Amino acid sequence: MKEQAQPKHIGAGMNRVDGFQKVTGAAKYSAEYELPGLAYGVLVGSTVAKGRITSLDTKAAAGAPGVLAVVTHLNSPKVPGFTPSGKDPSQPQTVGGRLQVFHDDKIRFSDQPIALVVADTLERARYAARLVKAQYAKEAHQTNLLEAKSFLPTQAKQNPKSPMADYQRGQGDAYQGGALKVESEYIIPTEMHHPMEMQSITAHWEAADRLTLYDKTQGTQGTRRDFAKEWNLPEENVKVVATFVGGAFGNALHSWPHESAAIIGAKVTGRPVKLMLTREQMFTLVGYRPYTWQKIGMSATADGKITAITHESVGQTSSYEEFTESTLAQTRMMYQAPNLATRYRIAAVDVSTPIWMRGPGEATGAFALESAMDEMAYLLKLDPLEFRLRNYTDQDPEKNRPWSTKFLKECYQAGADRIGWRKRQLQPGALREGDWLLGYGMGVGTFGAHRGAAQVSARLLPTGRVLLQCATTDIGPGTGTAMTQIAADTLGLDPARITFELGQSGFPKAGSQGGSSTVNTVGQAVQDASRALLDKLRQQAAAGNAAFGSAAPADVVFTDKHLTLKGNDAARVAYADLLRQPDAGFVLVESKPDGADQQKYSMYSFSVHFAEVAVHVLTGEVRVRKLVSCADAGTIVNEKTAANQMKGGAVGGIGMALMEHAIIDDRYGRYVTKDFADYHVPVHADAPAVEVYFVNQPDPHVNALGTKGIGEIATIGVAPAIANAVFNATGKRVRELPITPDKLV
Amino acid sequence: MNQFQYVRATKPQAAIEVVAKDPTAAFIAGGTNLVDLMKRGVMTPQKLVDINRLPLNKIERQGNALRVGALALNSAVANDAQVREHHPLLALALQAGASGQLRNMATVGGNMLQRTRCAYFYDLSMPCNKRQPGTGCGALEGINRMHAIFGASDKCIAVHPSDMSVALVALDATVLVSGPKGDRQLPFADLHRLPGNTPEKDTNLLPGELITAVDIPDSPFAKHVHYQKVRERASYAFALVSAAVALDLDGNTIKAARLALGGVAHKPWRLAAAEQVLVGQPATEASFRRAAEVAMQGAKAFKHNAFKLKLAPNALVQALKTAAAA
Repeated sequence: MKEQAQPKHIGAGMNRVDGFQKVTGAAKYSAEYELPGLAYGVLVGSTVAKGRITSLDTKAAAGAPGVLAVVTHLNSPKVPGFTPSGKDPSQPQTVGGRLQVFHDDKIRFSDQPIALVVADTLERARYAARLVKAQYAKEAHQTNLLEAKSFLPTQAKQNPKSPMADYQRGQGDAYQGGALKVESEYIIPTEMHHPMEMQSITAHWEAADRLTLYDKTQGTQGTRRDFAKEWNLPEENVKVVATFVGGAFGNALHSWPHESAAIIGAKVTGRPVKLMLTREQMFTLVGYRPYTWQKIGMSATADGKITAITHESVGQTSSYEEFTESTLAQTRMMYQAPNLATRYRIAAVDVSTPIWMRGPGEATGAFALESAMDEMAYLLKLDPLEFRLRNYTDQDPEKNRPWSTKFLKECYQAGADRIGWRKRQLQPGALREGDWLLGYGMGVGTFGAHRGAAQVSARLLPTGRVLLQCATTDIGPGTGTAMTQIAADTLGLDPARITFELGQSGFPKAGSQGGSSTVNTVGQAVQDASRALLDKLRQQAAAGNAAFGSAAPADVVFTDKHLTLKGNDAARVAYADLLRQPDAGFVLVESKPDGADQQKYSMYSFSVHFAEVAVHVLTGEVRVRKLVSCADAGTIVNEKTAANQMKGGAVGGIGMALMEHAIIDDRYGRYVTKDFADYHVPVHADAPAVEVYFVNQPDPHVNALGTKGIGEIATIGVAPAIANAVFNATGKRVRELPITPDKLV
Repeated sequence: MNQFQYVRATKPQAAIEVVAKDPTAAFIAGGTNLVDLMKRGVMTPQKLVDINRLPLNKIERQGNALRVGALALNSAVANDAQVREHHPLLALALQAGASGQLRNMATVGGNMLQRTRCAYFYDLSMPCNKRQPGTGCGALEGINRMHAIFGASDKCIAVHPSDMSVALVALDATVLVSGPKGDRQLPFADLHRLPGNTPEKDTNLLPGELITAVDIPDSPFAKHVHYQKVRERASYAFALVSAAVALDLDGNTIKAARLALGGVAHKPWRLAAAEQVLVGQPATEASFRRAAEVAMQGAKAFKHNAFKLKLAPNALVQALKTAAAA
């Protein structure tokens, strides 16, 4: 069989298939579609955090040059999918749904859109937006999670298998009785997404009941579903195009108010409307990593065996929509602890709804868990790596079943060697270079090796090229490139003769790109579709040449104009002849995970990150001097783009650890960090060389390719590695991120 | 952004006349701060007078000083051979500011006149006496970790964001100004004001006055200098605090010192008393620590910026250690 042959392209560091388009500007992003009659939308935001709009003066704006419409709750057309205002009081406070923009006079968070100005140029729309004047009946708001009145279990708690449900094995809170115990609270502040490309949409009603959206989204079909529902349209009447996405880390996994607003604006004006958020609006309208409080209690024996862990967390959500994430998932399965409890809670505050942000909840949870592991190692006077090895799990202690694969020990060893872990001293502050204290730290990450169902079509073109299509998106990891490599190896075809098209809702079915699942899911569908195409071609060729009938699919060879057979040059069928048959050279294949394997094994990717930091003794500045990120992510499809993902995730972790922090002035319920001068992300000078190591061992149970996923584990565990290194350098344990100089001086 | 008129000046006097006559007019040079403020509606000039074509970008010797034209670019000054040889402290401060792209646009005059980066000044829906007198100071009881520890008033606790100005105040520079009533000079230390009851006024410039150049006097402070900027990332961030220091050493004995702090007050903060403490002392960490203690006399923190009471003297000590070793 072909797939058992040595892969030629899978694993290689092939250049991105769309790299040339990206660096020359030919790649078209959602804000770059110029349609005839295009108009521009600008949103006006509320200046209060809670209350009602008592008056809206839009006269000046409506009369300003070039203005086509000013849409507010007073004149917005009825959106069929919007439900009547008012919540069911019998439901918990957090239950609800997406913000229904311009639907009522109620203000739920500061900067909630209260008006959309549509004009014939962006400048005119922006100018007129400033002329909209609103008055409010303010109500007392609460934007501080720690002062919120009630911490609620989530709706997800109703599903006992959910990572958000309360969990216990052995005795609950048994750590309290431990002689050697750590009990600490940790805080992750609100962190903002801010990919390079801001969220944008161009909405175009091609007919009264046909809608096309050029939209920044991580899921073309999820977006299609949301807006078909909102406008009560059959899904096939809504087309979503997201051919290129300029970075998305969870912020485009949800549908947001600006998308609804642009569609309404296009409806009102009868023109296509483009709406791109400003950098400032990216803080309030597209989700963020929620502010989260956590507490860990841990006990261990003197010889370094964990006896109990209790991990609690409270994350913020909005007052109108429940957001939850798997903050406590890693704690349940990472270490052998006979007594373990997790309790996940949320609290509704008067802010916009949060959303997953790379690593999502697991990255938040890992900061607490991996910090606590470090604290316990110090208490036991044990090397933190040795402490982790003594509590290593050879099978999943949560579900009591084997891992599909786990090569975390190999990662530990590779990382320790590369960072120079031997140089590390147990005693904090023992290493010094001039005015800089040096420290080493580690943090572990894990994320489910998720795989869903996907369809891929494959078609032989008369030119001998193969075209594959799937509705998946590429938010930056190089999906099109990886899929081309998989197809090339399966088809035995030069990658230059393969085109993989993605990013359109009309293409075969795929879920959103998120949760490190795309290669696991779509990659396998590409392999399956490629195999099916090869076999179909072989069978169809048999009609013209009997030799194909008895050949193995792997023996089929593509030449310039013919299909032929390996070692049998005489067997030839011209593409032109082949494609004359009805439905020739086309397959549509659906791939699904093996349900039995999913029941039998626990499937996770694993990572460990090692950091070397320097902390200035007088100024408290922290510099990450080296990062080593090691991953057990199954088969690596493209070593170059995979390493690129790991490095990007590591730099995101530097931001989490050292600088990212969105601050609200609770008196006004408004952010005071609303641009890149106040909200810091790492610059080049903050990012050291990141060394990446992949175990690169296939996982036979996730899929036939052996992949497990990379995107999330690249970030999960980085922040605690840095925080632990800061402790090793200074003896100061910072439990509230980010670790800014004021906390160390 | 509001609509505005745009005129391009070719002679300083013509530019000054326009702005002196029209209180809604403003000069624009690099525009790296003003354009941002206009986009947000914080500043709404009705008329912009573009001064980029005025012949004010030379860097040349004038008597006992180096004269730097107001339109000289930050990057040009930082890379100028005379600046680097005679006033390396200025070059260091400039290089610590903003980003390469911004330094290529921003001018010396504009750098001095940039407005505070206080978030309340930027958000039209929050109170700010500097932006809108009488509305109150949002930062006073708000989020004030970036704010002043010296010279603040109950009307305003904002800080001046410039790095370059911290070096210029330490170097005893003089600002050359042309106005409707002619030319005048003022010591750099008198250019910026403390907020008092009128925080809307950043400087002592009169309506229509245009900075044409800054003179940096010859001095012995060409070797033992350092600009220590403490910020939350390695580059491209405003200072939590910064320290500009210059020493004139005779062996290990300090003959004279110049010290200033940035990120601590409504103006670049010269530390004359601390300078005196150092004169005649050995250049040791103990001397530096004593000077830093004197420097901090009168400092007062708010809710979120108490760390500056420790960070500022530490930055001074670190800067002095580095300068002495240079």
